Amino acid sequence: MPHLSRLNTATFALVSAAALLSGCASKPPKQLPPEPGPAATTTTTTPSPDSTSLQAGPPAGSQADFRASLMGQDTIHFELDKYNIDEPSTAALRAQAQWLQRYPAKKATIEGHCDERGTREYNLALGERRANAAKNYLVSLGVDASRLTTVSYGKERPLDTASTEEAWAKNRRAVTITVD
Amino acid sequence: MNSRIIALLLSSTICLPASAQTLATQPVVPQAAKAAAPDANGLTGSVSDDSAWQSLNIDIPAFATDNDVPTGASAGSTAQLGQAIAQVITADLKNNGLFKPVGPGALPSVPFEQISAPDFTVWSARGAEMLVHGSVQNAEGGRLTVGCYLYDVGLHQKLAGASWIFGPGEWRRAAHKCADTVYARLSGESPFFDSRIAYIAETGPKDHRMKRLAIMDSDGANHRFITSGQAMALTPRYSPDYRKIVYLSYLNGSPRIYVYDVEANSQRLVAETRNPTFAPRWSPDGKWILYSMAVAGNTNIYRVSAQGGSSEQLTNTPGINIGGSFSPDGSKVVFESDRGGSQQVYVMNADGTGQHRISFFGGRAATPEWSPRGDLIAFTHIAGNLRIAVMGTDGSGLRYLTNSWQDEAPTWSPNGRIVQFFRTEKGSGHTSIWQVDLTGRNERRLPTPVDASDPSWGPVRQ
Repeated sequence: MPHLSRLNTATFALVSAAALLSGCASKPPKQLPPEPGPAATTTTTTPSPDSTSLQAGPPAGSQADFRASLMGQDTIHFELDKYNIDEPSTAALRAQAQWLQRYPAKKATIEGHCDERGTREYNLALGERRANAAKNYLVSLGVDASRLTTVSYGKERPLDTASTEEAWAKNRRAVTITVD
Repeated sequence: MNSRIIALLLSSTICLPASAQTLATQPVVPQAAKAAAPDANGLTGSVSDDSAWQSLNIDIPAFATDNDVPTGASAGSTAQLGQAIAQVITADLKNNGLFKPVGPGALPSVPFEQISAPDFTVWSARGAEMLVHGSVQNAEGGRLTVGCYLYDVGLHQKLAGASWIFGPGEWRRAAHKCADTVYARLSGESPFFDSRIAYIAETGPKDHRMKRLAIMDSDGANHRFITSGQAMALTPRYSPDYRKIVYLSYLNGSPRIYVYDVEANSQRLVAETRNPTFAPRWSPDGKWILYSMAVAGNTNIYRVSAQGGSSEQLTNTPGINIGGSFSPDGSKVVFESDRGGSQQVYVMNADGTGQHRISFFGGRAATPEWSPRGDLIAFTHIAGNLRIAVMGTDGSGLRYLTNSWQDEAPTWSPNGRIVQFFRTEKGSGHTSIWQVDLTGRNERRLPTPVDASDPSWGPVRQ
């Protein structure tokens, strides 16, 4: 990440602390990360079922299970016109990688998206860039590249249809979807 | 599209195109008015001062026939066709803000004998300065012969005349050819009415639009959907001969560009690759297709023969290089690139050499399109809102044509006088096709059956 390389460690800590505290204006409201539990520290256990022991929960290793486990961290977000992976995104991608390494046979598609405030063709290419950035990061975390494909939807599939800065921030995203 | 036009070469009863050449070929206005001086809009050189010919009263009565008989045309008999053709011509001129046309509904009918010998006193008394007369007759094989004549009422002089033979399904083309004849003769500009538009028809909710490839005449008639909507279609371009359309489809789950054969109703990939491909474009001679391909996140521009085969890579920088529009002589390409940090407009030679940036206005510059006249580049300027703008081929003389929340993707009319684009409505996301004259005047919506985007305009049809 080019813009971070210029900061020294102390400044970096300060900046990221400030960022966490202020909740970067351009970011959508974030869910709190899941409580650390056995699934986070081991690499081979199956995820614990839904806390209500009466319900079965989604089948282990399914896309539904992926979504339930990741609790929003299946999606990372980007600044306007940017495709770099920021700090909250690295945490999300680590969580994605952990789940994927639990189910080594699973493949995944990473969708890249943009907000509506750009031209159509450039946004198709930018969505591809974002998906690729997420893919590269997952590969760097040890996920085999052959398991991952990318697809760009440009600005064609917004998550939030409003024409507001808040909606646009939600739409600038890369979503990882496992293949059942 | 069964267009079999047979140029009339020999006939003693119909005014020959050849005789039109013996008439003065200068536009009606004096030459001085055409050598334009810059006005408040910053117009220079490339756009003529049109105030002199724009205010001409022009009467367009129904075309006459010497034999009112049924035809195979949707408009009915030869007499009914005569009415319909005059209406199409009137609408062409009126919708484009050209002259002061009066259509057949408000005018007396014209007997067939007067087509080549108008009763000028009648028309002069009505205040007409220019007059169109025309004829409709059945021809061999169910075809139609349409004659079209333009007269200067004050001078009692024929300014232009031409005739065409069309199949009954193509009668509107005769009207557009006549409108083109009138327009070209009076303004000195090149024709553009007899052309078609490819675009994307949109329906459905904003977060899951159904997008279908569609085509229509330049006035919105003869509309036809090409794809079913099952797979999203985007950014189409007609080939210069109208036989093919290149466009982007998610047919196989990810974006790829295809060449669709309109007559055969079949398509093939432009580039045999698993990488995503975008932004297809034709060269003016129809021999090449430009496209953009993303490899490991970087997008570059390639060129491939329209027949298929191996591709030649034209740009090679990290980042996004996309789009591409040829100069009319095919020697240069204008495209967009973010190699400098943000979307900007660049020009290169057609072989990829000499790449240099030309947009330096602040904000971002995107979707550049070279005017068919060679003198201007239309593009989308992004600085807060997205606006349609033009600039010289060296990036000078930025001039805005629109001023709305989101206007993008301009393409040119075949004669380089009108810029067509699509407008997105804030919030609802509704899209529509609009046109605006190069002077910035007469911004108007092109009617379509449903929402519409990504319009592209083909050349004047032969």
